[in-house]
Amino acid sequence: MHRFANPARFMRVSQIVLPWLATVTVLFLVAGLVMSFLAPPDYQQGESVRIMFVHVPAAWMAMCAYTSLALASAAALIWRHPLAEIAAEETAPLGAVFTGLCLVSGSLWGQPMWGTWWAWDARMTSVLVLFFLYLGYMALLNAFDDPTRGRRAAAILALVGFVNVPIIKFSVEWWNTLHQPASVLRMGGPTIDPSILWPLLVMAVAFTLLFVTLLVLRMRAALIERKIRVLDAAASGALG
Amino acid sequence: MVSFKALLLRDLRLAFRQGGDGAMAVIFFVLAALLFPFGLGPEPEALARDAVGIVWVMALLASLLALDRLFQGDWEDGSLDLMALSPLPLELVVLAKALGHWLVSGLPLLIAAPIVASMLQFDTAGLPRLVAALALGTPTLSLLGAVGAALTLGARRAAVLVSLLVLPLEIPLLIFGVAAADPAATGDGSTQFMVLGALLALALPLCPWAAAAALRQALD
Amino acid sequence: MSFSTWVQMGGYAGFVWPAYGIAAAALGLLAGGTIRRYRMAQRRLAEMTATRRGEDA
Repeated sequence: MHRFANPARFMRVSQIVLPWLATVTVLFLVAGLVMSFLAPPDYQQGESVRIMFVHVPAAWMAMCAYTSLALASAAALIWRHPLAEIAAEETAPLGAVFTGLCLVSGSLWGQPMWGTWWAWDARMTSVLVLFFLYLGYMALLNAFDDPTRGRRAAAILALVGFVNVPIIKFSVEWWNTLHQPASVLRMGGPTIDPSILWPLLVMAVAFTLLFVTLLVLRMRAALIERKIRVLDAAASGALG
Repeated sequence: MVSFKALLLRDLRLAFRQGGDGAMAVIFFVLAALLFPFGLGPEPEALARDAVGIVWVMALLASLLALDRLFQGDWEDGSLDLMALSPLPLELVVLAKALGHWLVSGLPLLIAAPIVASMLQFDTAGLPRLVAALALGTPTLSLLGAVGAALTLGARRAAVLVSLLVLPLEIPLLIFGVAAADPAATGDGSTQFMVLGALLALALPLCPWAAAAALRQALD
Repeated sequence: MSFSTWVQMGGYAGFVWPAYGIAAAALGLLAGGTIRRYRMAQRRLAEMTATRRGEDA
């Protein structure tokens, strides 16, 4: 694992992998969109079920992104891994966007389904908390004059907030309130119809690929920006 | 020589000498809660129904008031470094600080809350349950607050940042705290009280641990 | 099914299209912003290494 800790190695490997990643991402996004609109309308929910193909993958990504954030933060704190620090920092905005998307699309689905834009049930509340955790992480990161201190503090916050992720996952099982229980990632296997399941899975893969592609791009950009800062400092040192 | 008791007494002595923090928290609590009749209208039924929620939200906000200064004084004058080097584990230092915060900001709230709730037309029969719920919930507020204070030590706009970090984490506590004290809810609220107790039991070891880790980062 | 019937999404058009629209906009902006940042960083680095090479020469 530590072979990949080298930023230079990361730059080399990502340079090769990136075009393929981007291509596969676009392919899956297109395929997912096509399948989402070709899927038959639901018996009860009609055409509004199509919102699920945006809402559920976004929700999965919101939680996966936070999990990677927590893992990267742990690696950064325990091993002072430079790539882990960058990975954590660049994951947060992506996770925040997916969480926001989950909340908005959920609202748009909830209104025709349940007659309300919002309800304070356990799952929705904890996803809202997740959104604020992302915002808090980003705020804390930038709140210090010393960027290292900001990264370390934010890493601790990421770990503290991780308790929220299992709460989101299991909230629909612990409390029987408004949001429907799990129908895909559950013990007995998925309970939804294949004609709905497949577009969902393809969209989920597409969102995951998009997340990974953007994360790699952002990490590359961050590493280049670091190099620029170093060169800047060296140049002004040479001239000063 | 730093001991838990010495640390706690020192903080309490400082708090009473300055007089400010604890009194301010309670005054803010009362004043802000009393804004609600003006905002919501004075009908007794509406106020009574919302009284528990208002009291709890105000308790959350009042506990935030003194948080950014929880570790700051000691950090600035170097006492925090001494505490970190002393045989007393940093986790216990945090616990002492959190306990001090609760004694100064949380405990007075338990006295003010019944008064405020009654002024909000809350049925006096429900007051013991409200105080019990607050008694179980406010220590957790101090513990979570300590984590926030440790994370934001030395940050710009630390006061606002602490609120942004701590309030989302306190939302579950708020939900169960209101449910535990709510007279309109079915049952005697014993499940909610158990959850409040569980949250406190979780916070007691975890919050000092997280806060101590954050303090070590600040002292590095 | 005619195009206009399809667009109406069984009456749910007001919910389905904004959902997909906001998703496309949000993810599009995210991707666009990321690509722009990356290209700007690359360009800046290229400029700096070129000038340095120019100075050393």
